[in-house]
Amino acid sequence: MGDETESELEQNDGQRFDRLPSTPDERTVEGRVSREEVLEYFEDRFGIPRDTFDDHTFWEKGAGKIWIYAGEAPTPVKIESIGMTCLRTRQEHWKPTTDFVQRFGKYADECVIELEREEARKFAAGEDQDIERWEGDWGYLIAAHEVGAGPAGRPDEDGEAVEGGDLEPLGVGLYLHGELRSLVPKGRRRDL
Amino acid sequence: MEPLERYRPIIDDFDAFLEACERPLGNAVRINTIKASVERTLEALDQEAVGYEQADWNPRVLRLETDSPGSTWTSFHGFTHGQEEVSAVPPVVLDPQPGERVWDCCAAPGGKATQIAALMDDEGTVVANDSNLGRISALRFNAERLGATSLAVTNEDARNYSLQRFSFDEFDRTLVDAPCSCEGTIRKNPDALEDWSEDHLASVSGIQKGILRRAIQATREGGTVVYSTCTFAPEENEAVVQHALEEENCRVVDFDLDLEYAPGLTEWEGDEYDSSLEKAARIYPHHNDTGGFFVAKLEVTA
Repeated sequence: MGDETESELEQNDGQRFDRLPSTPDERTVEGRVSREEVLEYFEDRFGIPRDTFDDHTFWEKGAGKIWIYAGEAPTPVKIESIGMTCLRTRQEHWKPTTDFVQRFGKYADECVIELEREEARKFAAGEDQDIERWEGDWGYLIAAHEVGAGPAGRPDEDGEAVEGGDLEPLGVGLYLHGELRSLVPKGRRRDL
Repeated sequence: MEPLERYRPIIDDFDAFLEACERPLGNAVRINTIKASVERTLEALDQEAVGYEQADWNPRVLRLETDSPGSTWTSFHGFTHGQEEVSAVPPVVLDPQPGERVWDCCAAPGGKATQIAALMDDEGTVVANDSNLGRISALRFNAERLGATSLAVTNEDARNYSLQRFSFDEFDRTLVDAPCSCEGTIRKNPDALEDWSEDHLASVSGIQKGILRRAIQATREGGTVVYSTCTFAPEENEAVVQHALEEENCRVVDFDLDLEYAPGLTEWEGDEYDSSLEKAARIYPHHNDTGGFFVAKLEVTA
């Protein structure tokens, strides 16, 4: 779409949840991303397969705050919250949330940095730390560590939670110049 | 403990009951199967050398041997959620199924609503409502920490709740975990009985009746409504269900629960209740070394 049509689009309404359009062509609100772009981002950046989200819809409330929801709702809907926040768009680099990464990060196989026990402890406490060994992309990474049994040691009866890799995601980190900054929000930090 | 004296005639081994009420409660957590299986959670606790005892009646409820259950890896990852053992009973009695539409009408801070979502494998719609805006933030925080994507949060008075905002007009199941005088939480909160008075009972029971009636109206025929409180007062328990039986289309039904409990009352201080109220459960602190709870299961009829 060109710039002329862009200006005819509606403005975002921060008081309600709007379901994301399927593709950029179906967009009616200025600056709003599409489901397609969200799936593409999770796949391109973190290698999370698109079909992970077949049973979920994506919503925007407030400029660039994207929510993921498994239930039923009409669009738009005025409600306190819907599913969980998953992504910040409308900024140069999109940023997934800690809670989303803890829930869905196990399906990722790219941009996942594995932390040792002590590093994981610092990360959970919200500390930044120098980590020289990362050779992947800079930017937002999923920090993960081993906890409990690996997949081979886990039985399958308790649903989807037993699938995925053997690493458990801790949250989102920002990796720049050899430093991993913990982006765990204050209320979620723990001294372990 | 003075207000509890009124229950001497209805509680077996009343002295054991009073003694249990004076003992503090340990730390219980529920395993959040949205994030991890029971087996993996136990393994993670073993790795951390945190001791636990699994509840006989529910493998997803653990008594933790630690003073800071929030400072564990399982808590950080949302594998576990601090929740009193008996507080995990109502969602189990509600028995929600994946894909259903379920209403938790007094949901904050969200322990039971997220338990409902977990029992549904996080598939379907759980509408978690609370009338108190201040408590909504705790509800939202817990829902996100525990990874419940099937949960939608609303802030309304449950007594005149409207489903207009949704694309459906009735629920399959509803949990009414009503605001109450909280006598059963005395072991967690020694101040629970400070504001106790018969006037207070009368005023909360009015609110409870209104919420339970609306819950039955909002649930489909053949659907399930569970009414629960953490109090012993018959005015807030059997009398509220009795009122619903008289005013709405519903009946009390049986349920299985592998915990020790006493049956619901059919009579209290001169008032008679329907004989089906015996199917309700009165869980006392000395029965299973827990807090106190009342649970009744209703089926919505034509």
